[in-house]
Amino acid sequence: MIRTSKLAFASAIAVAAGLGSAQAQGDITVAMQLEPPHLDPTSAAAGAIDSVVYANIFEGLTRFMGDGSIVPGLAESWEISDDGLVYTFKLQEGVTFHDGTTMDAEDVKFSLDRARAEDSVNAQKALFEGISDVSVVDPLTVKVTLAEPNGLFLFNMAWGDAVIVAPESIEDIKTNPVGTGAFKFVNWVQGDRIDIEKNPEYWGTPARLDKATFKFISDPTAAFAAVMAEDVDVFTGFPAPENLPQFEADPRFQVLVGSTEGETILSTNNKQPPFDNIKVREALAHAIDRQAIIDGAMFGYGTPIGTHFAPHHPAYVDLTGQSAHDPDKARALLAEAGFPDGFETTLHLPPPSYARRGGEIIAAQLAEVGITAEITNVEWAQWLETVFKGKNFGLTIVSHTEPMDIGIYARPDYYFQYDNPAFQELMATLNSTTDPEQRTKLLQQAQTIIADDYVNGYLFQLAALSVAKAGVQGLWANAPTQATDLTAVSWAE
Amino acid sequence: MNRNLLLGGLLSSLFVLAALLSFVWTPFDHAAMDIPAKLKPPQAPHWFGTDHFGRDMFSMIMVGARTSLAVAFIAVGIGMAIGVPLGLTAAARKGSWLDEVIMRANDLVFAFPSLVIAILITAVFGAGAINAIIAIGIFNIPVFARITRSAALSLWERDFILAARVAGKSSTRISLEHILPNVTNLLIVQGTIQFSLGILAEAGLSYVGLGAQPPTPSWGRMLADAQTMVSFAPHLALIPGLAIILTVLGLNLMGDGLRDHLDPRLRVSRT
Repeated sequence: MIRTSKLAFASAIAVAAGLGSAQAQGDITVAMQLEPPHLDPTSAAAGAIDSVVYANIFEGLTRFMGDGSIVPGLAESWEISDDGLVYTFKLQEGVTFHDGTTMDAEDVKFSLDRARAEDSVNAQKALFEGISDVSVVDPLTVKVTLAEPNGLFLFNMAWGDAVIVAPESIEDIKTNPVGTGAFKFVNWVQGDRIDIEKNPEYWGTPARLDKATFKFISDPTAAFAAVMAEDVDVFTGFPAPENLPQFEADPRFQVLVGSTEGETILSTNNKQPPFDNIKVREALAHAIDRQAIIDGAMFGYGTPIGTHFAPHHPAYVDLTGQSAHDPDKARALLAEAGFPDGFETTLHLPPPSYARRGGEIIAAQLAEVGITAEITNVEWAQWLETVFKGKNFGLTIVSHTEPMDIGIYARPDYYFQYDNPAFQELMATLNSTTDPEQRTKLLQQAQTIIADDYVNGYLFQLAALSVAKAGVQGLWANAPTQATDLTAVSWAE
Repeated sequence: MNRNLLLGGLLSSLFVLAALLSFVWTPFDHAAMDIPAKLKPPQAPHWFGTDHFGRDMFSMIMVGARTSLAVAFIAVGIGMAIGVPLGLTAAARKGSWLDEVIMRANDLVFAFPSLVIAILITAVFGAGAINAIIAIGIFNIPVFARITRSAALSLWERDFILAARVAGKSSTRISLEHILPNVTNLLIVQGTIQFSLGILAEAGLSYVGLGAQPPTPSWGRMLADAQTMVSFAPHLALIPGLAIILTVLGLNLMGDGLRDHLDPRLRVSRT
């Protein structure tokens, strides 16, 4: 009853405002492949959570924009002390959570302390590691003290893992997320959809849509059918790149091709023989033909990379030439390493088509130089268990979608087990450097080190592929972080 | 020779021939990728076109026939090797606790939908051709056990068996020397039909990713890979689909024809 009357009210307003045409739609249905396991972005690594809640329901002190820039979020402004250790955030005034409680400095302190606590389950605890103290100055001012300068601190605070939550609603956050965003959570029908609606009390620029529904369609064929039949208005992260030319040719749809932070790599278990031998890893790198993988697996969508870094980032160094496709060289290197007849290994492939199809192509390319890669197709849960946690694999293909994640190479216990003290030291230096020019230099150094060590096979930067109805505007083309920011989305008049 | 047998035999031997020939010759290397030449429609020199990796579909169909043949053949073999002795034993000990145990255990396996068992087995032991063979083999067991038992039971009532018993032969020897030869025709017919079901099951398991793993070509996986491309490259789905249909049709027709041909009772009833 309540919903009906609200709807009637909304349409009454629409008519009153003279927007009564069929074009003026206030609803949107956004489809994506993966359903989130729950809705708390501060306690799980699943990107699907941020795809629903980031910017829509939850906000942080700073936030990502579609072009990857960092802009103020709940923090209206900030001051950084000269030694780079103390950040004083001035919060937006009059911000309330969806349950009506006010958002103030106490909530910020609560959120940050919760994320960096000893028993915190935050998936990106490293983001908060450098914080030594969070103190409340007054209700609208928070002082964050760092142990050492961190040039990435404002960037870190923009992550979905660093959003501000309230102690009042933290209990049920996984099923009933209460944030400060332009949309409120309404309903979650597990296995099917999540509904959100416009937050009328929003502190900033109000959303232009009245309601939005997230639908979860994991099967690529069903995804194609759902878009073609116009059952959904937008499909973000469209799983079947081979179908995009058809949408492009159809005036009913628009195709958005952008960049993501997803470095797609042939992850190599650096601790497992024979991959502990750098010559073998170098041979792998030369055995791979990136363009064939991009054309064959992604139907041309993707940018070749030669290191673990996003090509659209200003500090990117193009090192693809260093690991150019050269089967003869690969064979020679294998012989040098003591494997003139090649060897056998395993190749674990998670579900996305970049992995499944890319894996078949890579297996064929490796076979050409004598390496037999036995393919095992795995589901995500199994991948996390065996590969990511168990480290029981030879090779695997995966896209690392976190932004600026070259730091994972400084973690010797990370699943590909790269252990290079020189690199770890470099990362420590980088983390405490705030000077942008110096940072760029260090980042470039880091890219070169991992390329020289042939840690993993660097394949391509995943493209952000979305299909939308022609009238939808304001969507992010790029994916600087996992998000489906609907706050600026609207229908063309 | 009847028409069913002729047509069925023709289609089936075409399938077996393609599978055997693939060991020594295929028009192209079935695993060789040529990505710039992907998704070519059927035309010379690729008579069935190329797939999304630029592999020759004709070669893949031939090698895929080998996969299907091997899986179905071994699976039916498992079913027969275990099911027939079980059926013979149950018939020889009709009404005893052994008969009950064997047949109720068979009922238990039968009660589960066959593909569900197969999915269960591959889910527990991992996907792969070997596990697919075992899975399909297991649900073949009760089929052969039942058919053997029911045929053997009526034989046990016959006079020549009575004569053998009077002559002092043990029931094991009677089963092997008198019963088994007399149920062979029936088993060949059933085997042909189970064979076609095995091919279908293998295709189904591969379609959901639980059969032979890449790069081993499999008709079911070719179909699954083609799913999103049907709208612009229909040959990708049509060709493996037709291969499955024709092979299964051929084997069923052959099984039908063989039954008409081999089963003396049917011959009598039709005249």
